[in-house]
Amino acid sequence: MPRWIAHLVVVAVFAGLIAVAFARVNYAWNWAGVWEYRQKFVQGWLTTVAISLAALVVSTLIGSLAALCLASRRPLVEAIGRVYVELIRGTPLLVQLLLGFYVVASAVGLENRYVVGVLVLSLFSGAYMAEIFRGGLAAIPRTQRDSARAIGLTPWQTLRLVILPQALRLVLPPVAGQLVSLIKDSSLLSVIAISEFTLNAQEVNAFTYSTLESYLPLAAGYLVLTLPLSALARWLESRVRFEA
Amino acid sequence: MLLDARDLVQRFDGTTVLDGLSLATGDVQALVLIGPSGGGKTTLLRILAGLDVPAAGGVSFDGVPLPRDEAALRDYRRSVGTVFQAYNLFPHLSALDNLLLPLVHVHGLSPAAARDRVREPLERFQLAAHAHKRPAELSGGQKQRIAILRALVVRPRRLFLDEPTSALDPEMRGEVLAMIRELKETGVEFVLVTHEMAFARRIADEVAFVGDGRVLAAGPAAEIFDHCQSPRVRDFLSRTLI
Repeated sequence: MPRWIAHLVVVAVFAGLIAVAFARVNYAWNWAGVWEYRQKFVQGWLTTVAISLAALVVSTLIGSLAALCLASRRPLVEAIGRVYVELIRGTPLLVQLLLGFYVVASAVGLENRYVVGVLVLSLFSGAYMAEIFRGGLAAIPRTQRDSARAIGLTPWQTLRLVILPQALRLVLPPVAGQLVSLIKDSSLLSVIAISEFTLNAQEVNAFTYSTLESYLPLAAGYLVLTLPLSALARWLESRVRFEA
Repeated sequence: MLLDARDLVQRFDGTTVLDGLSLATGDVQALVLIGPSGGGKTTLLRILAGLDVPAAGGVSFDGVPLPRDEAALRDYRRSVGTVFQAYNLFPHLSALDNLLLPLVHVHGLSPAAARDRVREPLERFQLAAHAHKRPAELSGGQKQRIAILRALVVRPRRLFLDEPTSALDPEMRGEVLAMIRELKETGVEFVLVTHEMAFARRIADEVAFVGDGRVLAAGPAAEIFDHCQSPRVRDFLSRTLI
């Protein structure tokens, strides 16, 4: 059986089960009430896309810096990277957002909640990126550096012409996967009242009392973003494997 | 080349790998280093190639001492060529781009001039048909021959070859050894570390037997292989030359 048919079959069975479940609880749908607020969904979805893209760029920068710290031979620099990564990965994003917004941002007088939201989300995602990048750099064998030195490349040329092009291929699939997590994690920004996709769905629910009609489009809206990214990650992964 | 290595000491993590090694050659074209594994051959070659700096002692070629600071050593490495046992090539670049990289980025040739430079050598060594393949698509022998070519096209003063056939199947060893033989005929100077004793005997002008971090015997190939007085060397040769 071709793979795409298998996927269709599984999706159909799953949808059938959900439909049966809804039929049994006799859920009274109220799509008309929610449709009134369709503009909010679109607005929220676009905000989520924008925030995720901004956080992707910033967390790539933070992750690269932190990965360099982790790879450093200086104990103090390595410690900075390690403490950052472990603290962030070991605590809930929710706590980081509340601390970041109500304590740190207030203390330094940063008032734009969107900027704070993107920064906290980037710090969070950056810790995962750092480990991805560190792993990518560590996966390049020592012999490659030896060969680069032997032909007379400078350390900077070695990084630019030999190490990074190879490491980039290795880290692209996990980075695409990390972006999937990032998009879903951005839903937590609703707790600091950022008007992204999830907060808008919550508001529509509050206006219409139609919980499922508000949250099912929310799930669909995230899937539209994350499914292609997952596919991209898998495709990148297969490409890396063929070239090895 | 006239090689003069004096009192070389090298230690790694407390283990002494070179223990006051000294070696002076006549004016030779091909110097071959033989000896047991772990005896210090590769460590010596890495120092000669400017990849490592000895903890003590010094090396000179034709009376010119090797520098000790990294910037000057890099200039030195640019003037010679080094080929390792395996994994010389950059896997993300085609064979051709592997050859062009040092020409363009280290020696300042334009991409067009670099292509001109590599065309004839690629054909001479029957590698032109494989120029656009990635290393993963090449056989072990082809990879090593491209690696030797990459070291060669920058027109180095001499080559350093560290067991270039040790990681290869027997049939592929032949094609790499044939290439080294051709280099000898065209006048390229080189220092070769090898376990191929029959080949060493044929190609070497001088042979140095390296063991226990020292040179245990050195001299013209015929002398070492046929008339060596050292029981240690004779024992090694009797077990490896069948």
